[in-house]
Amino acid sequence: MTQTRILSRDQSTTGLAQPRIMDDLDQLEAQSIFILREAYRKLKPLSLLWSLGKDSNVMVWLARKAFMGHVPFPVMHVDTEKKFPEMYAFRDEYTKKWNLDLLLGYCPPVEEIDPSLPPAARSAARKTAGLAAMIDKHKFRGVIAGIRRDEQATRAKERVFSPRGAGHRWDVRNQPPEFWDQYATPYEDGMHIRVHPLLAWREIDIWRYIEREGIPLVDLYFAKDGKRYRSLGDQDITNPIESNASTVAEVIAELETSRTSERAGRAMDHESEDVFERLRVAGYL
Amino acid sequence: MGDNIVTESFSETHRAAATPIVIVGHVDHGKSTLIGRLLYDTDSLQDGKLAQIVESSRKRGLAVEWSFLLDSLQIERDQGVTVDSTRIPFRLGSREFVIVDAPGHRQFLRNMITGAADAEAAVLVVDAKEGAQEQTRRHAMLLRLIGIRHVIVLLNKSDILGFDEAQIVKVESDVRQLLGRLEIEVEAVVPASARDGDNIASRSERSLWYKGPTLVEALANVPPPASRAALPFRMPVQDVYRFDGIRYVAGRIERGTVRAGDRLSIGAQGQVATVAEVCRWHAPERPVAGAGESIALRLEPDLVPDRGDLLFPADDKAAAPERSARIRTRLFWLRGEPLRVGESFTLRLATAEHDVTVASIDAVVDLEDLTLREGDSVPPDGFAEITLAASHTVLFDPFSPGFGDGRGVLVDRYQRIVGGAPLIGPAELADGEHAIHPTASRVSAARQVQARGHKSGVFWLTGLPGSGKSTVARAAELALSEQAINATVLDGDTLRAGLCSDLGFSPEDRHENIRRAAHVAKILAESGQVVIVALVSPLEADRALARQILGENFHEVFVDTPLETCEKRDPKGLYAAARAGKIPEFTGISAPYEAPVSPELRLPADRPEQEAINTLTAFILRIVQP
Repeated sequence: MTQTRILSRDQSTTGLAQPRIMDDLDQLEAQSIFILREAYRKLKPLSLLWSLGKDSNVMVWLARKAFMGHVPFPVMHVDTEKKFPEMYAFRDEYTKKWNLDLLLGYCPPVEEIDPSLPPAARSAARKTAGLAAMIDKHKFRGVIAGIRRDEQATRAKERVFSPRGAGHRWDVRNQPPEFWDQYATPYEDGMHIRVHPLLAWREIDIWRYIEREGIPLVDLYFAKDGKRYRSLGDQDITNPIESNASTVAEVIAELETSRTSERAGRAMDHESEDVFERLRVAGYL
Repeated sequence: MGDNIVTESFSETHRAAATPIVIVGHVDHGKSTLIGRLLYDTDSLQDGKLAQIVESSRKRGLAVEWSFLLDSLQIERDQGVTVDSTRIPFRLGSREFVIVDAPGHRQFLRNMITGAADAEAAVLVVDAKEGAQEQTRRHAMLLRLIGIRHVIVLLNKSDILGFDEAQIVKVESDVRQLLGRLEIEVEAVVPASARDGDNIASRSERSLWYKGPTLVEALANVPPPASRAALPFRMPVQDVYRFDGIRYVAGRIERGTVRAGDRLSIGAQGQVATVAEVCRWHAPERPVAGAGESIALRLEPDLVPDRGDLLFPADDKAAAPERSARIRTRLFWLRGEPLRVGESFTLRLATAEHDVTVASIDAVVDLEDLTLREGDSVPPDGFAEITLAASHTVLFDPFSPGFGDGRGVLVDRYQRIVGGAPLIGPAELADGEHAIHPTASRVSAARQVQARGHKSGVFWLTGLPGSGKSTVARAAELALSEQAINATVLDGDTLRAGLCSDLGFSPEDRHENIRRAAHVAKILAESGQVVIVALVSPLEADRALARQILGENFHEVFVDTPLETCEKRDPKGLYAAARAGKIPEFTGISAPYEAPVSPELRLPADRPEQEAINTLTAFILRIVQP
């Protein structure tokens, strides 16, 4: 059986360092790097969505891991112009520090959005429209986004490479098979692939990785006067949670005992049962 | 290079990655209920989730339905089935698991594979009363083909049998026999009720005779993944970068370890280089890396390997991969149409892509009893053993459950993943067999469409002699050319004047005539051409052959002119000659014509000829225009 043959090493090599036994974060990191490298190789032009939140900061960090300290494609911030001022300051600071090629996109006013959506979802859908305009303008074939399966049930159905057809729609009922690290590639003009390198990560993995790597974050994630943000959206549709966690370690400790879901502070998730799926089919993250 | 790092934070207590568990089984045998129950019993639900289930169940006027937890998409609830796989983390003591839910409906096989392919263990849910069903066998076969090593059988709904020992032992023995045929080792067979919680997390009072583990105990016993670090080194090159003046060969180590100073062979060409440095960004410096790590290597000399080149230890023949241009593989087939010999694909093997053609279908799995039978095609969602012929030598390691080696995936020219092909090994040539290695075009269908401005297609006109096939075909050819679409007409007399001049009109020769025409049409269509075939092709079986050769490119058009009209027209005087007995085996007179039962287009004779031409042209345009 050739595949189970053990390679014998002679005595002289036993003194050398052995490879590290990979823990869960090492495995998640290695898989995400693999995914980012596949995207960079297969999808051109490619860009990364940088929402300035914790997940997309981890994603930028992983891209730097994959490409030896560089991010060899543009990062895109689709601005609703309703973010917290701290987030804009963070963006400007780290665009310079991380040497990012930043593309800014803007969102149409809410009046132009499907009025049949509930109010908060309608507001969130502005971002979908802004993103679609950017993808069309730059003719992106690949867009890297930091969604995770554990965030929301509809996201749990996603592929790592998720094809978007004409009009950027997600055909949730007809997704391609994806196994053995073989991913879909674009097969038609006008389509693009959403790449999800963080799909397998959980919220607590993100925080432990932030702690391990020392990844910078906007201060809003840390408690002030008994409140902090667990998830950051637009100012008017995101609510802080009650918390005293003012450091990364304290956030991790808090999450280890928490039993409420991460997006509890996102108003649009609670408006109706199917709203998130409707948003996502139309191109929301 | 790069930022400073605080090394202490790297050495905190080691946490193992979560163990993925896939839950499979026949529809309605209780997979979703089991998952809901497991999460509830192991206290893994978020507060909001339980409230959601209760609320959803209440809205629908039902008692608490555990399966609602998974049916998070609206469409699933409406249809009452789970559509796609999903993943849910849960914890047993200090160990983390991720449950992959896979749907039981057979048309969703590809979603199941998507969920199950990376699982470490599987729970096969079997209704204790119904026993193994079609999807039970199908899923079991798939567990074997994707290489899942640990299988736990849950005999669900055992309460319906009153947990009766004799009946349950009988079902257990049937299921064990089935899995034994697939060489699957069963870790445990647990009689249980997911709805009531018997033998899931706690031992049931209703089955005191049962001494085996509960489901949760059986899961806790699943060993961690085997280490791949002690095997010979393999790294498929993923990409080559140049940053800051340094060339990096990037990839993920599939097995073994690599150290600075190691000598590596590169791909099939056999170039050799030494590892100058094992590179990472923002990580502790280590001159060594092991299986699973995504790294970058600096090589000396500074060679530029291609993506897909396999890096492996040089100077050690025993540690080299297999090499062959003919490979035997197992197959699970995901395309909607059957697979046939002679079809060409891209074989993706890790990061490599090889042009391959199906040289033979060696055996097809009969899903009734899981035996291997002879067959000339693999049905949709079917399983088989096939031989692939590549256009050049392929380096590979045979597939082995629990390892990443030899996991081939077949991709068609529309870039769709159409099958999984775990590699068995090099294929031996039978005595007297001549090895052919057909090559396939590297121009994708999408690129051809871009270059030509239209898609390809074969429009197969069948009808009696004198029905007007060639006339209509030639007129449509002209009309299409005015729309900047090049069409080629293959008509019967023209073919018989050249390519088929050796053939007569016996049934065998007619069959061969059609086979040749279909293959020529196939070559033309694969180069992006629109082809109109005008052949009497009288027999259903012959047209079926053409359809088989051409696959989804085949469009049947029936030129439906009645015999009396053809005979009246008789443009070539053939009917008169046939009636006079001068032409033997003349279709319509002395040989049969089998009209198509459901052609894609029918051109009736009671309309002016120009209308038939317009109809055919419009039909072709509708199909070939992008």
